Amino acid sequence: MRSERLGLAWHWVACVALGLAWPAWSHAWGVPELMQTLAQGGSAKARFTEKKFIGFMDQPVESSGELSFTAPDRLEKRTLQPKPELVRLFGTRLIIEQPGKRQMVLELGGRPDAMAFIESIRGTLAGDQEALERYYTLELKGRADAWQLTLLPRFDNMRKVVTRIRMEGNQAHVALVAFDQADGDRSEMRITRVPAP
Amino acid sequence: MKRPGVIALTAWLLSLCACALVIWRTQVVADLSAFMPQMPTARQQLLMDQFKDGIIARLIMVGIEGGDEAERARVSTELGRKLRQDEAFLTVQNGDAETSARDQAHFFEQRYLLSPSVTAERFTADGLHRAIGHSIEGLSGSAGLMLKQLFLRDPTAETLSLLELFAGDSQPASAGGVWASKDGKRAILLLQTRAAGADTDAQAAAIARIHQIFGEVRHPDGGTRVVMSGTGVFSVSSRAIIEREVEVLATASMVLVAGLLLLVYRSVWLLLLGLVPVVSAALAGVSAVSLSFGHVHGLTLAFGTTLVGEAVDYAIFLFMQHSSGQPSERFWRTVRLGVMTSLAGFAVLMASGFPGLAQLGVYSVVGLIVAALVTRGLLPHLMPRDIAMRDLTGFNHFLDRLFATVRRGRAVPVVLSALALGTLLWLHDGIWSRQLSALNPVSKADQALDVSLRGDLGAPDMRYIASLTAPDAQSALRRAEEVSRVLQAAVRDGELASFKSPTMVLPSESLQRERQAALPEPAVLGERLGQAVHGAPVKAERLSGFLEDVERTRQAPLLTRASLDGTSAAMLVDSLLIRRARDHLVLLPLKAPIQGPHPEEIDTDALDQRLRAAGLSDVTVIDILSETSAVFDSYLSEALTLSGLGALAVTALLFGSLRSWQRTVRVLLPLAAAVLCVVAALVLLGQQLTILHVVGLLLVVAVGSNYALFFDVGMTGRPKVERHRTQSSLVLANLSTAGTYGLLGLSSIPVLSAIGSTVAVGTFLSLLFAAMMAPEHGLEDEA
Repeated sequence: MRSERLGLAWHWVACVALGLAWPAWSHAWGVPELMQTLAQGGSAKARFTEKKFIGFMDQPVESSGELSFTAPDRLEKRTLQPKPELVRLFGTRLIIEQPGKRQMVLELGGRPDAMAFIESIRGTLAGDQEALERYYTLELKGRADAWQLTLLPRFDNMRKVVTRIRMEGNQAHVALVAFDQADGDRSEMRITRVPAP
Repeated sequence: MKRPGVIALTAWLLSLCACALVIWRTQVVADLSAFMPQMPTARQQLLMDQFKDGIIARLIMVGIEGGDEAERARVSTELGRKLRQDEAFLTVQNGDAETSARDQAHFFEQRYLLSPSVTAERFTADGLHRAIGHSIEGLSGSAGLMLKQLFLRDPTAETLSLLELFAGDSQPASAGGVWASKDGKRAILLLQTRAAGADTDAQAAAIARIHQIFGEVRHPDGGTRVVMSGTGVFSVSSRAIIEREVEVLATASMVLVAGLLLLVYRSVWLLLLGLVPVVSAALAGVSAVSLSFGHVHGLTLAFGTTLVGEAVDYAIFLFMQHSSGQPSERFWRTVRLGVMTSLAGFAVLMASGFPGLAQLGVYSVVGLIVAALVTRGLLPHLMPRDIAMRDLTGFNHFLDRLFATVRRGRAVPVVLSALALGTLLWLHDGIWSRQLSALNPVSKADQALDVSLRGDLGAPDMRYIASLTAPDAQSALRRAEEVSRVLQAAVRDGELASFKSPTMVLPSESLQRERQAALPEPAVLGERLGQAVHGAPVKAERLSGFLEDVERTRQAPLLTRASLDGTSAAMLVDSLLIRRARDHLVLLPLKAPIQGPHPEEIDTDALDQRLRAAGLSDVTVIDILSETSAVFDSYLSEALTLSGLGALAVTALLFGSLRSWQRTVRVLLPLAAAVLCVVAALVLLGQQLTILHVVGLLLVVAVGSNYALFFDVGMTGRPKVERHRTQSSLVLANLSTAGTYGLLGLSSIPVLSAIGSTVAVGTFLSLLFAAMMAPEHGLEDEA
């Protein structure tokens, strides 16, 4: 990381020296730089509200709760409304808990479609470009403080379920995760960051 | 030949023919049962029988290893497809998409007959409102994507209730679309053979078929290989191992003994004569076992090869004595005493609760008696007048020097024994193995593979089981439903993690009818549904599929075992609802909670109380592990008692014959030292002692006493010529015995290697220690 920053610094020095200066700098902002920013974001806690737009429902289904991410691979989604639920992900193991019900443990290591889902969020939060590109082609628009990242599934088994994942954010903060599903339904999760104590 | 000789020869030939006739009609078995103790109560015995003969014994777990994930998945899919078409297999499961889709379709279609939440209350307007409300909330959760697809036909989420029934199960992991081990490195399949597990030939054919098809579907460069486990696989492989080992052991023992005889006697005739008692003993032993047990276990045959080493001893003694004139009455007395002490040891085995050990006892007792009789009654008539032996003077001088040297270390046995005793006292915990697997003839590697495949499949370890019986299938299912309700309460209270019942996939007809009756007719349901979704974000019109499905279930025939064909539910019912000659047996495997005050354990007493309180006192809850451990302990104490009695009998025989405490003690001391040293050595080598080691030690006393005895009687105060004779025959006899037991010790079958190594080392030490502790004057008075 340090050497990369050093590299960037050299790049900047070199640009200035060559008289190309700022414009070239801004052009250099791309997926690697976003990923680097996200990776530096490290662990985080946030609140979320999620809306699911389902064809046969007259109005979207809403839920809200808390998200927490501990770098590099622990993700926790605690839904508080309307139905409490805790979903935790350690590595490739998914644990689902609902009050009054038995804990469910799913091992996703052998299921690429499920892993694709998970990596879309976790890979983004961790700034893991390699993990993301294993399953998606990435398109980035905007600038560092207002970016839009689109993930397009590379494989059919995933495309059968999700056609596109959209993310928006500024700097290391991811503010929106939206899934467009193959059957026309979609979901949107808005994330507001809880300031670190 | 004189008249008595003719009579002896005729009698011998006739007996031989009789034995051959018996053996010709003898069935040799090689299953695992002989070295498994019988269960103590009739009811538990029945349960174990069901495990042995029921569906559990028909399962074959197959693993495909090597190659890459895609190739393993392809091989598993192809293998599964071809095996499903094979007559030899009832079911083939490998988690492939086709089967999972069929299972899913089945459970979805039958959800209103299977779901425990289907009650009349749930199908009132209020009940529907609540259930649909829950489902809509569920759409927001992690299972939303799945529920969304089911919602329109299953708005009350009965499918989810069904899933929850099985939530405690760990399904195998999946890799490349088929079942795989947790690390994904092995694709796995679960097969059920049509033939019973006890039908070893059919099991062998099924296994060969799997190998053959695997050979056809694997890519030659794919690098995949197949592994298998299961009761049937164990039976087949243990039979193969036993057959191979019997052959190898018999050949090796014969070569060893024949080589030894030839070396000393340099006469083919004497060699053949020497083998006469051996062959007679073996034939008589097998016949006796066959007549008293109805069959002969392969292990008995393998063990029987050690008799070669012992039976030949008598001939060795005889020839040695004969080479220097007629054997004295004193010689025969000593041989008789030796035979008696050996018999005392083996006779004890006949009383053992292990059918296998009892066979060994009968075999050895009859064999030894016959060997001694043939040596005494027949061999003297067939022996040439002059036996031209190799000149053993050099050998004897060597032995003299050797014995003189070792006698300087007469303190060694005492010191070693003290050390051994100290070691044993220090390490006294953990000396005994309480694991039944220690007796399992299947190799450690195969047992480890079995455990690993079981783990991959998430198969219940079948430690805790509730069982009940009923006169017919329907009443068995109804009773299982009552028990399930009690067990469900125990799950809620955290006493159980989960349990399985055949009624989860095949409810009793009365419960199915009850559920059918709870479903309202279409007009009523439509009206109630309208009220239920009033104000909800979904319109009743969209839920027409729900109305159709409910009506279809109302009209549909009830589920039977036959309607489960082709689904994984069929296997569950077949393994847990077992039809027997007079009744039906239901097995309900229980899973212990992972957390709590006693993780991985179930308080069976508490469960018994719950069942009694519910009026279900005839349901048995057993912990197979503690049950078998208890049985094992009782067998161990039986073995210790019997061995103690055997040792006492040997002592009594010695004292009765020697008529001097001093001499008896002198004969016994080297034996005791040998026993202590062998036990300490085994413990120090990390071996946990089993009942078989106890038996081995008994044989050390029984067989080893012969050598100590000859040392005492045959050596002390005898003329040098006679002493030399005794000395060389002792060494030869000991070499042949230690050699044949040593060969047995090399066996890969734990049962045989435990006895073999114990006796080989023990008898050798007996002779060595006897030589070390022999009184000095006995040898020096003539030197």
